[in-house]
Amino acid sequence: MTEEIDAGMVARRIAEDGDLSEPAPGRNEVGAARRRKEDARLVTGRTRWTDNIQLPGMLYVAFVRSPMAHARVTRVDTSAARAMPGVVAALSGADLAGEQGSLPCAWPVTEDIVLPDHPPMAVEEVRYAGEAVACVIATDRYKAADALEAVEVDYEPLPAVLDMVKALEEGSPKVHEAGNRSYVWKFGTGDVDAAFRDAPVVIERTYVQQRLIPSAMEPRAVVAETDGDFFTLHSSTQIPHILRIMLAQVTGIPEHKLRVVAPDVGGGFGSKLQVTAEEVILLLLARRLGKPVKWTESRSEGNLTVHHGRDQIQRLALAADADGRLRGLRVDLLADMGAYLMLVTPGIPILGAFMYNGIYKMDAYDFTCTGVFTTKMPTDAYRGAGRPEATFAIERLMDELADELSLDPVDLRRRNWIGHEEFPYTTVANLTYDSGNYEAATDRALAVFGYDKLRAEQADRRERGEPVQLGIGVSTYTEMCGLAPSRVLGSLSYGAGGWEHASVRMLPTGKVEVVTGTSPHGQGHETAWSQIVADALSVPFDDVSVIHGDTSSSHKGMDTYGSRSLVVGGIAVVQACDKVKEKARHIAAHMLEASPDDVEFAGGTFRVRGTDAAKTIQEVALAAFAAHDLPPGVEASLDSEATFDPENFSYPHGTHLCAVEVDTETGATRIREYVAVDDVGNVVNPMIVEGQVHGGIAQGVAQALFEEAVYDAEGNLLTTTMADYLLPSAADLPEFTTDRTETPATSNPLGVKGVGEAGTIASTPAVVNAIVDALRPFGVKDVPMPCTPERVWRAVHGGGS
Amino acid sequence: MTRINVTVDGVTYEEDVEPRLLLVHLLRDRLGRTGTPIGCDTSNCGACTVMLEGRSVKSCSVLAVQVDGQDIVTVEGLASGGTDWHPMQRAFHEEHALQCGYCTPGMIMAAIDLLKDDPDPSDEAIRKGLEGNLCRCTGYTNIVRAVRRGAHSMSQDPEAAAAGARSAEEL
Ligand code: FES
Ligand code: FES
Repeated sequence: MTEEIDAGMVARRIAEDGDLSEPAPGRNEVGAARRRKEDARLVTGRTRWTDNIQLPGMLYVAFVRSPMAHARVTRVDTSAARAMPGVVAALSGADLAGEQGSLPCAWPVTEDIVLPDHPPMAVEEVRYAGEAVACVIATDRYKAADALEAVEVDYEPLPAVLDMVKALEEGSPKVHEAGNRSYVWKFGTGDVDAAFRDAPVVIERTYVQQRLIPSAMEPRAVVAETDGDFFTLHSSTQIPHILRIMLAQVTGIPEHKLRVVAPDVGGGFGSKLQVTAEEVILLLLARRLGKPVKWTESRSEGNLTVHHGRDQIQRLALAADADGRLRGLRVDLLADMGAYLMLVTPGIPILGAFMYNGIYKMDAYDFTCTGVFTTKMPTDAYRGAGRPEATFAIERLMDELADELSLDPVDLRRRNWIGHEEFPYTTVANLTYDSGNYEAATDRALAVFGYDKLRAEQADRRERGEPVQLGIGVSTYTEMCGLAPSRVLGSLSYGAGGWEHASVRMLPTGKVEVVTGTSPHGQGHETAWSQIVADALSVPFDDVSVIHGDTSSSHKGMDTYGSRSLVVGGIAVVQACDKVKEKARHIAAHMLEASPDDVEFAGGTFRVRGTDAAKTIQEVALAAFAAHDLPPGVEASLDSEATFDPENFSYPHGTHLCAVEVDTETGATRIREYVAVDDVGNVVNPMIVEGQVHGGIAQGVAQALFEEAVYDAEGNLLTTTMADYLLPSAADLPEFTTDRTETPATSNPLGVKGVGEAGTIASTPAVVNAIVDALRPFGVKDVPMPCTPERVWRAVHGGGS
Repeated sequence: MTRINVTVDGVTYEEDVEPRLLLVHLLRDRLGRTGTPIGCDTSNCGACTVMLEGRSVKSCSVLAVQVDGQDIVTVEGLASGGTDWHPMQRAFHEEHALQCGYCTPGMIMAAIDLLKDDPDPSDEAIRKGLEGNLCRCTGYTNIVRAVRRGAHSMSQDPEAAAAGARSAEEL
């Protein structure tokens, strides 16, 4: 903690002062650190996780999974399993082949993309360890697990394909007949050759974004049931609405005969933005067996078969003038698709394509991404999805360039970033950043961090050759989120739009129901949407309830991912409220015997301008319900709905600073100080925003220091348990100091920006920059992630990397 | 099958169980105590933590037959009378120490247990003490604040603090 400004204290004081939970009388709800409505059931255990559901006659499903990365399936014999007590059915992929269809990919990024068939259960060939080849259905979960042993499967091994570079070589074994190159996607602006020609400085680096396992704490679970005509599927999913459409298309069950429910969902981070094999198969089993069926994955099963994240090789070149001004950037990516293209697999690295320039100005940019098949679990969205990789690349390169030019890394960034007076600014990647103030966020972060003092300490330790060195990492990030303008998604060949839907119902007693198309799983929408509606309609916070996550009650939505819920879904709520008020104004005017033009709404009351004649919105709601005396042609309802399609992405930004102590003798690292100053525009609930930032930073730090999905030379996943895949515990992480600057977005009426992914995007390069900074005296220019003690030690003692 | 007698959140049950049945499955599948979730299969995550005879255990690493004759308190039994929250539940709410809430039951039970040995723990002791409970959402900063706040309120109000442990006898 520094003496300059103790922002952590401010945040703590807010958190500790329970009174600040409610806004002062006359103050807005928006901006107050309201404690969450969601918590009551969560802290008392009255939760509705999918695995909690038990229905009469329910059967339990378990999957036989391939122990091999790549093999032909020559025989599956389920007869012995079927003969076991309590086993109702046992089915192979061949048994389901006629009805199981192919799992969807909604984002074929190029015209000529190789998009292989993806049967939910393998029929002839398995292409990653863990792929399902058979399932058993029994009367309880223990019996189902027992019966797995009795299923006999013969495999004829095929060569595993694990290394992306080798996979692209001539003569490499193939994952799919059509070859291992799924697509090549290119993008560029400006004359990049000119930018590099005669450039005084060119920094060339290759970084590896290791494969990660998203690891939401709630394992996936699915329950399916049918009365023979209508189907209901409960799933631990982020995307009940998209899932319904996709499942209807895959299974042929008509969309109007299918209800999808996301009950309480224990985290997602992108991993539950998927249409999974198990969801399809459970529906088919419910149809076949006429009984409710449930499947809950074990953690080991999940590590194998929940889509993974990241896994890219980044070949980068940055050209600059001698004073550090950026000229151009070349990015050549290999992105590991894994064995199949799942819902948005190919699009993930493309989401990063527009972010490699970060917050900086430059003349030219060139981007190529090659999607590569391997015999591993498919990759797909994981918190940040493409943008953490891009931000890591540019922020690491900026530190390398600063080192090359002997400039302070903050100073180099100042020379290149977009000035606050230059907004709106169209970047070299053709995005228009609406607003931002990088100077303000950085100045604040430097002050809170005590930058100069820590630099002095670093110099001192270097001078004295202390075994424990201090490193300071800088990350000045922005990101594009709030997915997304539908026209942009269309231009990128995405299969759907990016709007969001809301409806607002005024009940006769004056209470309000808000139906949202977002699908929260930890983000606190019930609280935040209540705050928004409380202000918009001037009703008490507690008079609002929020309905979500069930396609029968919330029929329309695009769900929750890509930091989109507030900036798209929240705005839809605002617009629906506007329509409610407009309808109410006409009825109020009639009640007050005035012209609607003379009636204004303030403080919950419709008032004839310049008089005392007034009706509260609750009185109007009751009058609309009674409908005894409505103006001619006006329907007996205030209920309204809105579908909002953003015109631009949302561009939060901020400056994260990390101080790391690195023990050069053991390779151990310890984060001593972590300061994050984020600018997410206006804030609806600062407590929730801070929580999102904390969690995001933790996941980004985890990529830098701890996590990696490791496959062995045969393609077996070694990190199947939480003992092998190192999720940080409380003891592994420091206290995060957070603060904010507020530069309102100009692209929406609340002035808000997305926050869900920002921490993750910003923090990974901050940590690695700090470690490399500590080790510069040893000639170290990189430490591959995760920066384990062994890797750090090797970097020090190998004289570089 | 083995017959066991067990008290869970103040209710006494007599159940015939297979020797291999895990306590957490007894609680969830047989007794409907679904407030205690499962996050892993290797005793790493702590989501399933409950109080067994007043001390925290990971209920996925205990067999149902082992708890014969014993007293268990889950997160559902913490609030006395079902409505009057335990100070630690309140502290988690006040400090925004949960997002998805999946780790929360186990985290609260572990935190209460931690304070039994160290009623006024330092931040570092809190972090070490909760090492066996993983949270993927919060980054732990607010969990540490909550445990600190919970410890403070429990020292102010030992009555309420004991409520969770006592509820078994009282109900
Ligand atoms: S479920 Fe018991 S420790 Fe993970
Ligand atoms: S709150 Fe989601 S895992 Fe802890």
